Amino acid sequence: MLTITDARKTFFPGTVNEKPALRDITLHLAPGDFATIIGSNGAGKSTLLNAISGTLPLDAGSIQIDGIVVNRMNDHRRARFIGRVFQDPSAGTAPSLTIQENMAIALRRGQRRGLGWGVTSARKARFRDELATLELGLENRLTAKVGLLSGGQRQALSLLMATFTQPNILLLDEHTAALDPQRAELVTRLTQSVVHQHGLTTLMVTHNMEQALRVGNRLIMMHDGQVILELDADQKKTTTVPDLLREFEKIKGATLDDRTLLS
Amino acid sequence: MIAALELGLIYAVMALGVYLTFRILNFPDLTVDGSFTTGAAVAAMLITNGVPPLLATGAGFVGGMLAGLVTGLLHTKGKINGLLAGILTMIALYSINLKIMGGTANLALTMQGTLFTPLADAGILDTGLSLVILFVGAFLIKLVIDWFLHTDVGLAAQATGDNEQMVRSFGVSTDTSKILLLMLSNGLVALCGALIAQYQGAADISMGVGLILVGLASVIIGNALVGTGRGIFITSLSVIVGAVLYRLIIFLALDLNFDPNDMKLISAVIVVIALLLPRLIRRRTPRALPAEPTRSAVIAGGTQ
Repeated sequence: MLTITDARKTFFPGTVNEKPALRDITLHLAPGDFATIIGSNGAGKSTLLNAISGTLPLDAGSIQIDGIVVNRMNDHRRARFIGRVFQDPSAGTAPSLTIQENMAIALRRGQRRGLGWGVTSARKARFRDELATLELGLENRLTAKVGLLSGGQRQALSLLMATFTQPNILLLDEHTAALDPQRAELVTRLTQSVVHQHGLTTLMVTHNMEQALRVGNRLIMMHDGQVILELDADQKKTTTVPDLLREFEKIKGATLDDRTLLS
Repeated sequence: MIAALELGLIYAVMALGVYLTFRILNFPDLTVDGSFTTGAAVAAMLITNGVPPLLATGAGFVGGMLAGLVTGLLHTKGKINGLLAGILTMIALYSINLKIMGGTANLALTMQGTLFTPLADAGILDTGLSLVILFVGAFLIKLVIDWFLHTDVGLAAQATGDNEQMVRSFGVSTDTSKILLLMLSNGLVALCGALIAQYQGAADISMGVGLILVGLASVIIGNALVGTGRGIFITSLSVIVGAVLYRLIIFLALDLNFDPNDMKLISAVIVVIALLLPRLIRRRTPRALPAEPTRSAVIAGGTQ
């Protein structure tokens, strides 16, 4: 479903601040794969997500979604294939529009937008059904401005808007990091159920190792622009957080030594 | 007095255009100073050459849309700062407008029939009935804008001014949305220019100077009356009211023997007052503040 081949990205090339963010990353996700990505700050996790979504052009390498090479498409064209939820709860919705208007915008993902009425009664009924699955009572507040919702409600709505049209790929960029533990847990639970329900191919960046192990069927650890560890579903079941930390220290030390030796 | 109200209702068309860019798109578009005159020039020139007034007015609207298209392309494809893109088009339009008017700075329409001639002949102008007719006209245009903003295209355009990252992630080209709103906005402004030229009986090369302030004043005064956070229907209606109120203020200022040359200064002061007043009032009455955001919203950095 998603194939990334030799993706390379360097920030500020040719200057003293040169920073390789992605070093020839190759990654393949089968349909329905749910991979979590962990790694320290600056490991290239967000860069990878931005490269896939098209907000950041690659220096080299290619990205294929469902067999289509999307390298030359900009972000709003790729949005046909990709649903995204951002870290900032206010990033995924339009605050001065109502819940139903936000959902009407999300509903037209990948389709032509014409001069038809945006919020029809048929659409409203669908929005109400979809919102009911969040169990937050938002289905009774269709005409409320999204700016009035709390961070957790907004993030749940963002998740719903990103997924209810069943995109080929779902990208989650630390989408629970800005929420309090209770809300984070709620959004994590909603994520699992919606991904399972639609069988979405998903990449989820997280800082929470426990969550990374518990959620999804694959785990990818990144460091310094490279994938340094991959676990499949069986390996994930037997791995603990201390295991991950130990593994990380080991590999990180090794790559650092390499670099010091080579430079 | 009635003449001032009539002018206000005609200028409301321009204010609705400014509302689209300034409020919906969050884009202070200075093109309007030029495109207003473009609309007037196109309509006046065509009417002088025997084109029916209605058709000439429509052509003025199209002329304004082209001006908006240029600003939109400069800003989106050329990545030029929005203010500067507007100024560039505005300045360029000065020469273009002179060319449209055949090289003269003033084009009189006293001999020709205009859209207002039937009203004048029937003795309706300057009466309460003319106000009703003009209000219905402005209201119909407002309804078309309301409708447009509620279509799929319109919702995407509204969200473009609200959260670009979000609409792009749902497959909307924000460039297209911006260009569309700029074209529609400047089309309305030019339409207003065409109407004013016919109402006053002349197109003048400097008639658009400082117009953006009139537009902003109308939008800000109108919105201040109903408060923010209202629906589109009320907000766009308030813009019409704001445009009329602005004309009344100017009318009263002239009545108090202010020098007509000071009108631009007065316009600027009105806009400054309209911008500052709501903030000053809010500071005085802390209870009017919205409720404190919840803890989770603060953690989430949910400040608007």
